[in-house]
Amino acid sequence: MSEQGQSTTEPDAEVAAPQESRSRQVLREIAESSSMVVFMAIVASMIIGGLLIIFADEAVRESAGYFFSRPGDTFSAIGDALGSAYSAMFNGAVLNLQAESFAGMIKPFTQTLTMATPLIFAGLGLGLGFRAGLFNIGAQGQILIGATVGGYIGFAWDLPWGLHLLLAVLGCALGGALWGFIPGVLKAKRGAHEVIVTIMLNYIALYLVAWLLSLEAFQREGSDNPISPIVAETAQYPKILGVQFNLHLGFVLALACAWGVWWLMERSTLGFRLRAVGANPSAARTAGMSIGAATILTMVIAGALAGLAGSAPVLGTQKFLTDAVAGSLGFDAITVALLGRSRPLGIVLAAILFGGLQASGPSLQVNAGLPVDIVVVIQALIVLFIAAPPLVRAIFRLPSPAHEKEVAA
Amino acid sequence: MKNIIRVGAVAAVSALALAACASAPEDEGTSSADATTGAAPAETVDFKACMVSDSGGFDDKSFNQSGYEGLTRAESELGIEIASAESTTDADFAPNIEAQVAAGCDLIITVGFLLSQATVDAALANPDVSFAIIDDLADNDYDGTTDAENIKPITFDTDEASFLAGYAAAGASASGTLSTFGGMNIPSVTIFMDGFLAGANYYNETMGGDVKVLGWDGTDGQFTGDFSDQSKGQNVTDEFLSQGADVVMPVAGPVGLGAAAAVQSAGNAWLIGVDSDWTVTTDYADIVLTSVLKNIGNSVFDTIAATVESGFSAEPYLGTLENEGVGVADFAEGVVPEDVLAELDTIKAGIIDGSISVDVS
Repeated sequence: MSEQGQSTTEPDAEVAAPQESRSRQVLREIAESSSMVVFMAIVASMIIGGLLIIFADEAVRESAGYFFSRPGDTFSAIGDALGSAYSAMFNGAVLNLQAESFAGMIKPFTQTLTMATPLIFAGLGLGLGFRAGLFNIGAQGQILIGATVGGYIGFAWDLPWGLHLLLAVLGCALGGALWGFIPGVLKAKRGAHEVIVTIMLNYIALYLVAWLLSLEAFQREGSDNPISPIVAETAQYPKILGVQFNLHLGFVLALACAWGVWWLMERSTLGFRLRAVGANPSAARTAGMSIGAATILTMVIAGALAGLAGSAPVLGTQKFLTDAVAGSLGFDAITVALLGRSRPLGIVLAAILFGGLQASGPSLQVNAGLPVDIVVVIQALIVLFIAAPPLVRAIFRLPSPAHEKEVAA
Repeated sequence: MKNIIRVGAVAAVSALALAACASAPEDEGTSSADATTGAAPAETVDFKACMVSDSGGFDDKSFNQSGYEGLTRAESELGIEIASAESTTDADFAPNIEAQVAAGCDLIITVGFLLSQATVDAALANPDVSFAIIDDLADNDYDGTTDAENIKPITFDTDEASFLAGYAAAGASASGTLSTFGGMNIPSVTIFMDGFLAGANYYNETMGGDVKVLGWDGTDGQFTGDFSDQSKGQNVTDEFLSQGADVVMPVAGPVGLGAAAAVQSAGNAWLIGVDSDWTVTTDYADIVLTSVLKNIGNSVFDTIAATVESGFSAEPYLGTLENEGVGVADFAEGVVPEDVLAELDTIKAGIIDGSISVDVS
C-alpha cells in the first residue's frame, strides 16, 4: 500500500461536532485509519499467517517433537514450509518462474487482476457509502441482483455485438442500483437503519435468485439443475490480452469507474455534498443540504457499482448464473474498502492484494499442500487488524491519530 | 495482571519444552527435505490423481468427503501421488482445475454438477489430461453425450436404493406417515426423494397399506434452502413429527444432523441416513433405521485403480443396485416386520431385472 497524500487532510474532517453519534465516529475512524496502520496490519497478518503455515505443516510438527535432540530438523522443516508456501503464493499470484513460456510466466498476475476486478467495483461502491456515512453491508445482494439482471439479458436476449454487451452491463448496474435504492429510500424517508435493511436484503436477494433458478426460463433446456444457460458470446466481456488469459474488459471498466468515483468525490460539487453529509450531517443540514437526497443517491450509486461487480463473474469469467455467483465478494469487498481507506486508489490496490491472495489459493493447495483455510485466515486477520487500529498501534507503538493529524497538518 | 501473564508464559514454555524432549528418529539418514513430501508408501507409482471440491469442502459429510476418502484410499493402497484443492466459491473452480493441470495431474476428478462447465472447458483445452466428474454427465449442451472425450461421468441411480428404504420404512412405520426433506430442489437430491416416495407407494399397492409421505410429492416438497444450517433441519423435522411422521429421511448433507437431533429428542421416531452408513459416520446409531448408500468413495477408487492399471476409459460409470454402486445399509433390529424384510430381496431382484419401476407413478 503506497502512501496517499490526500487522505489525512480531509477538509471537513476536523468539524467533528459533539452531537456526532458514536457509531458514526467509529466508522469514520476505521475508514480513515492511516496508511501506516494499514501497512502494519498487513505485516502483522502475514507474520501470524506464517506461524499458522508453520503449525499446519506436518513435517514441522513431527520434528518439533524431538526439538532438543536435533533442533536443526525443526528449523529446516520450518524453512521448507515457509519457503514452499510463500513461493507457491508468489508463483500463483505474481510470476510463475517455473513456466516455460512468457505467457505462462505472467499468467498468474493476469489472474490476480481478473480476481481483483469484481472487488474493485464492489469496494468502490462500499467506500463511497462509508465516506457518506452509510455502513452498507448489502453489496452481496446488490451483486447478486446485478448479476441476475445482466445475466438474463446476456442469455435470454438476442442482440448484435456491442449493443448486447452494453445492455447487459447496464442491466447489472441497474439491478444493483435498485437493490441499493431500497435501503436508501427506507433510511431517508423512514429512518430505517441501513445495516439491518441491507443485511436482510442480502437474504431476500439470495432466495429470490434461488427461486428464479428453479424456473424453466432461467434453466438450461433439458436440465433441472439450478444453472442458467451460458451468456451469449455477444454479451461476454472480450478478453483483452488474448484467449490464453482470463483478463477481460471488465478490468478496464473497473479502473474507469475508480477514476470516475475519484472525480465524483474529489472534484464535483455533488461529491463535496456527500462527503459533508458523511462527516457531519447536522452541519450539512444547517448549510442547506438535503440529507435524504444524499442518502438515496449514495445508495443508488453504491448499488450500481456493486451490481457492476456482478458483471465480472457473469459476463467475464464464469459466464452463467448460479445462486453462488457472488461467492463471498460482497463481504470481501467490505475488507477491500476498509483496507483501501475508502479512497479509489487505495481500493484498487487493496483489491489487487486480495485478488492476489485469492489467485494464490489453488497454487497454495496444489503445490504447497496447504489447506485453503490459511488464505482465508490471512484475509480475516487483515480485517481484524484494520478494524482494531488501537491494537495495531499498540503492537507497533505507532502514535495516536490525534498526534498524527498534527504532524500531517 | 502481569504476573498472571508471566506465570502463564512460563507454564506454556515448559509444556512446549517437555513436549519437545522426545528422541530424534535414528534411522533417518537423508536430509529432512524428504519429510516434507509426506508419508509416501514404499513403492511409488508414477501417477498423480487430483480432486477439486465444490464449495462444500472435503469435510461436508457428504459427496465431497466420500470422494476425498476414495482419493486418499487410492494414495495409500495404490502408492500414487495425490493433490487436492477445495473451492471456497464458484470463482475458484476453473483456477483450481488449471492449477492441477499445471501441476502435472494425470487424472483430475471434480465433484458435483456445479463444476460441470469448468471441467468441460479444461478437458477441451487439455486433451492429454484425463478427467472424471461425480454426479454429473458433463453434458452441458444436453445432446445426450459427454461434451469432451476425456471426461468420465460418474453418476448414481440412488432412487433404486431409496426405493428399498421407502418400502421398508412404510412397513416399519407405526403411524403410517413417513417424511423426507432436501437441501435444495436439485436432481441429485430429489432422486433420493423420488425413490423413497415410489417405494412407499409400492408398499401401499402390494401390501394394501395407506402410508403417506410428507415433504415430497414427486415434483415439489420441503427444502431447507442450503446444505449447512442444521437448525433448519431440526425445525423441519419437528414439524414433520408433530404431523405424526415417525420416519424422517433428510437429503441435505450436514443439515441431516439437525434432523437426527430432533428425532433423538422426540424418542419415538426413526431416521434414514443418506450417502454413507450413518450408524458408522454419525453419533446417532441408535435411531438410524437404515441408510441409503451411495458408494462415491468406491467409484473414485475404482476409477483411479482402473486408470492406473489399464489406462483411462471415458466410459460412463453408473452406480446401481446391481453393481453395488448404491444400496441400503443393515436395518435396525426388530423394527421392520419380517415379511417386509423378506420381500426386499425379491424387490431388489425386480428392480435389477427391470420388472419393478422405481419411477414415481
